[in-house]
Amino acid sequence: MNLSLPQAEALVLQSASGLFSLTWILIALPLLGAFLILTFGKQLKKVAPYLAILLSGASFIFGFTLFLQMLSQPETERGFLVPVYTWISSGALNVSFGLQLDQLSMAFVLLITFVGTMIHIYSLGYMEHDENRGRFFGFLNLFVAAMLLLVLADNYLLLYVGWEGVGLASYLLIGFWQKKPSAATAAKKAFVVNRVGDFGLSLAIMTMFLAFGTFTFSAVNAGIQNAQDWVALTIGLLLLLAAAGKSAQFPLQSWLLDAMEGPTPVSALIHAATMVTAGVYLIVRSATIFNASEAARNAVIIVGAISLLAGAIIGAAKEDIKKSLAGSTMSQIGFMVVAAGLGPVGYVFAILHLITHGFFKAVLFLGAGSVMHATNDNVNMRRYGGLSKLMVFTFGTFLIGYLAIIGIPPFAGFYSKEYILEAAFSHSIWVGLITLFGAGLTAFYMTRMVIWTFLTPARWEEGVHPHESPKTMTFPMIVLALGSAVIGFALTYNHIFEHWLEPVTGFEEPQAPISITALTTIALSVVAAGVLLAIYRYRSVDRETPQNVTVLTKAARQDLYGDLANETLLMKPGQVLTRKLVTIDEKAIDGTFTGLAKATWAASRLLRQTSTGYVRSYAAYIVGGILLIMFLLLIARL
Amino acid sequence: MNLILLALVATSFIGALLVPLTNKYFKWNPKITAISIALITLALSLVIGVNFDRSSSSLTQFDFKVNWIDVFGISFHIGVTGIGLVLVLLTAVLTPIVLWADFHAAVKRPVLYSSLILLLTGSANLIFLARDLFLFYVFFEAMLIPVFFLIGIYGGVNRSKAAMKFLLYGLAGGLAMLAAIVALTLIATSQLQRSTFDIATLSQSISLTSTQEFWLFVGFFIAFAIKAPMVPLHTWLPDVAQEATPGTSTMLIGILDKIGTFGMIALVLPLFPNTSAQLAPGIIALAVISVIYGAILAIGQKEMRRLFAYTSISHFGFIVMGIFAFTTVGIAGATLYMVAHGLSTAALFLVAGHLIKQRETSLIANYGGLTKVAPVMAGLFLMAALSALALPGMAGFVSEFMVLTGVYQRYQLAAIIATLGIILAAIYMLWLYQRVFTGPENEKSGLIKDLDKKEVWPLVPVFALLIVFGFWPQPVLQTIEKSVENVMQQVSAQDPDPFFAVENKEQN
Amino acid sequence: MSPEAYLILSAIIFSIGAMGVMLRRNAIVAFMSVELMLNAGNLAFVSASNTWGNLTGQVSAFFVMVIAACEVVIGLAIIVTIFRSRRSASVDEPSLLRW
Repeated sequence: MNLSLPQAEALVLQSASGLFSLTWILIALPLLGAFLILTFGKQLKKVAPYLAILLSGASFIFGFTLFLQMLSQPETERGFLVPVYTWISSGALNVSFGLQLDQLSMAFVLLITFVGTMIHIYSLGYMEHDENRGRFFGFLNLFVAAMLLLVLADNYLLLYVGWEGVGLASYLLIGFWQKKPSAATAAKKAFVVNRVGDFGLSLAIMTMFLAFGTFTFSAVNAGIQNAQDWVALTIGLLLLLAAAGKSAQFPLQSWLLDAMEGPTPVSALIHAATMVTAGVYLIVRSATIFNASEAARNAVIIVGAISLLAGAIIGAAKEDIKKSLAGSTMSQIGFMVVAAGLGPVGYVFAILHLITHGFFKAVLFLGAGSVMHATNDNVNMRRYGGLSKLMVFTFGTFLIGYLAIIGIPPFAGFYSKEYILEAAFSHSIWVGLITLFGAGLTAFYMTRMVIWTFLTPARWEEGVHPHESPKTMTFPMIVLALGSAVIGFALTYNHIFEHWLEPVTGFEEPQAPISITALTTIALSVVAAGVLLAIYRYRSVDRETPQNVTVLTKAARQDLYGDLANETLLMKPGQVLTRKLVTIDEKAIDGTFTGLAKATWAASRLLRQTSTGYVRSYAAYIVGGILLIMFLLLIARL
Repeated sequence: MNLILLALVATSFIGALLVPLTNKYFKWNPKITAISIALITLALSLVIGVNFDRSSSSLTQFDFKVNWIDVFGISFHIGVTGIGLVLVLLTAVLTPIVLWADFHAAVKRPVLYSSLILLLTGSANLIFLARDLFLFYVFFEAMLIPVFFLIGIYGGVNRSKAAMKFLLYGLAGGLAMLAAIVALTLIATSQLQRSTFDIATLSQSISLTSTQEFWLFVGFFIAFAIKAPMVPLHTWLPDVAQEATPGTSTMLIGILDKIGTFGMIALVLPLFPNTSAQLAPGIIALAVISVIYGAILAIGQKEMRRLFAYTSISHFGFIVMGIFAFTTVGIAGATLYMVAHGLSTAALFLVAGHLIKQRETSLIANYGGLTKVAPVMAGLFLMAALSALALPGMAGFVSEFMVLTGVYQRYQLAAIIATLGIILAAIYMLWLYQRVFTGPENEKSGLIKDLDKKEVWPLVPVFALLIVFGFWPQPVLQTIEKSVENVMQQVSAQDPDPFFAVENKEQN
Repeated sequence: MSPEAYLILSAIIFSIGAMGVMLRRNAIVAFMSVELMLNAGNLAFVSASNTWGNLTGQVSAFFVMVIAACEVVIGLAIIVTIFRSRRSASVDEPSLLRW
């Protein structure tokens, strides 16, 4: 049976046959790895990392095979449904454990397995001396499996399983160095904040069930056409909440910076390249819902725009290289979210930027990890400097990543960001200006990072002897850097990527009010301005943090008071409420019932005074009682 | 007449006698005897499970009925419904595990202990199978006795107080139910010209005025709301959980408390459908309060086992919500929830039990940084915690989602508030894990011994089932399907239709 | 024959017995007073039996006698035991019936 997606009449989802019906193997391979490594950790201690790399790589190879197979299909017949088994069936609720492999999920499969495998390899060097590295690789495999499930699910509930699965992997990996209390706290915070997003996702799914009686993508897409406006708006806003949680967008952004407590490969894979972008995937996957509600789209744009600017500002003030990169991630995802909020003009470019970002941000993080590796795990950029000559490969790859993120042609970020700017300007001038300003900020803080880390004179701690990282680490960096260099051009050449995704997400040509050439010129000038400003401002760097700084810088160093707001608005009142309720439970509720018991006890103490123990008084009670009864009987007879 | 149910029930009771006898006269090891008997029960219930006709919509199967007290129309009538079967299976799975775990913890006086546990299993099974109200009531009360001794003899420092509290709450609830039962049969006698306690007859051929129905409902509901602790009748549970052995807590919270929610499905809804429907919004509100209140209280606990108790109160709120949503998804979800909660409670209490036994304290503040010295324990504890916070991929998720969806179909606001519980669940569970297992090591952490193989093996089936039901809950859902349909018919409820039906929603 | 006189006598004997139980400390005397009460009952039974011409009352009286005999056997044994251990037959001494 064929189902057609309404918004893109071209796409036909067909039931999978041949190789495509084995799509589940993509997920099964890394899952098997996670299971084996985590269950038989002791026995597999030596081989665990290699097993993990092997299975993740196998998943990539299989994914690539499927990709080639998909290419050989006609353009409109590239979407497949792969039902695996009936998952939940009860009354009206019928959920299949079914996968949907189409152009969108295929793009993600390739990104996840490729970057994932690269980072597996990188971890081989980075985690070499960690006693628990077997477990680390198990968690990485678990992450890859969950992320693949997230992007391959054919319904929202199964997506939720993957969604929470990546959350779990993220929790485990942020808290990997558990003996650091800060890591454990950060892990918990990430999970809890993500749960707030899950609250939105749960309710979105329930609303879908309420409205349509089902929540497969295709059915919801079909149903939204006939539904009243409030349905699309409600579901859209709830999905936005979910996306904000997972993608660290305002107002649920606070966990991402703390998440940098995790090992750096984790930050690269989960908190930069793949997991945090799941929110963008969710919005694009739900394109029909957002198409049906302009209000929901506007909310998406607002959330994205705030995060875009806030992330960039935080990134510009942090001295911790990883936190600065985390702010940058938040900002870049803000770009994607804004693009996704633009509607059919932007969906494709949101995903395009997601993919290019996956490459260059991974390079930047791996570079940061390499630098940390060389400086005894120091993350303070004020203690770096002068590393360009000592770490040639790291510097080279980092530079490519840098050029890509600030959007210098022909590196990847240029293309994706340029298209987003174009789409934004064709939506409205304000959105356009915000994204343009964001691009300038990006250039500023990234230039600052490169200068502080590699170019200025050395400011190392005592006893630090920087050295280039081992080949297992530089190899993935080089591969990913090459990717960052070419992927933007490769994907946009002849509009390949737009044609590729159009059947799934729909596509409208952006109609910017100014010409492309003009826009490009303006954008590049803004970027150049950012770069020059940073070069001017950071000619020299102090070893110590200056305190006489502007209000904005102070705020940015405190993550723009995001944590403070959470604490005063939620945590503190929550703690007070908890304490009050504990007291109430003990004193009032339990007190009432134990009070009853105590009253009974007191009454019995009184009454037992009558039991004197003297036989004769008992006899007197008996006689007295009989007389009383007789007296009463007499009265009754009268 | 089918004897297999009788055999199932009898095995436990005979076993309870057999353990001391064989120990006295043949010097048999009570642990091995008891576990073997529990395994026989498991085998028998599996046989029942396999032969259970899942497509039959008859109320009960494998009925066994003999007259017991003719004068009052009381009969020994047992028969299994789909929902009952699931709970019988849960009991059968948990009993040997609990026996094993507590034996391994070298519980004192093992002969008495295993007899009591087997008595408990037998009583619980009879309650899940009873088709006669009198029979139900007798064992509803009788069950208090073995638990009383299990808490009072084997518990911690304040065990006698906890045991007494448990007993008094149980008796109070039982009294309310007894009064309602007596009144109900009196009404039945006057209407049918004969006395009967048969549940099916009482639910089908009796017509009650709304006042009668209301008060009878109250009597039953109080009994069940105490057993499946609902705020504000819950304060006995934390005290008991704190004192009882991990095995006892598992049996108590994992199985016995389910009698409360089972009773709501099996007795309250069919006997008093109208009042149930009228009061449903109120009960849902109470259940939502339980969910949130229990979760917040759990966050505020300083003692591990009390924390678990409060999480259970929160979870029972979910179950009750699902039941009184009057939707197929809600009731089926509630039943699956009972299974999932039974398993995850077992996992939590048994893993934590090993920890508490070693350090002889369950104050959370006395722990810290255990991951390094006891990685296996940490991993299992984390899994148990994740299943308790309903992580997708674990059984708890499917059931919680079903319950919430079922409630959302009728009571959107209640479902939304209850969904906040998933955030709170993450806080109380992960914060507990953080305080106990991560961070700097507590100075005494070095004394903790990690779980060895003998301790891990009995937990394997629990965790395996938690994951299996997370990805494949169909075995449970199929078993209860017709049973849930029957309940829906008994309360004459219809599932609400989706607002905007989608054509072609079935995909191949 | 009117049973009135017998019943009044029976009531008097019963009251004497009851008073004895309540007022005397010596266990033996209290015990004898109990016997007195039982016999008062017997008297009432027999006279009623005579009045109604029905044997039930007499049969009951026999039952009471038998029970009284049993009671004497057990009660005396208890009193003797208490006396041996406590050197006293006062019913007030062993106030062990207290909680």
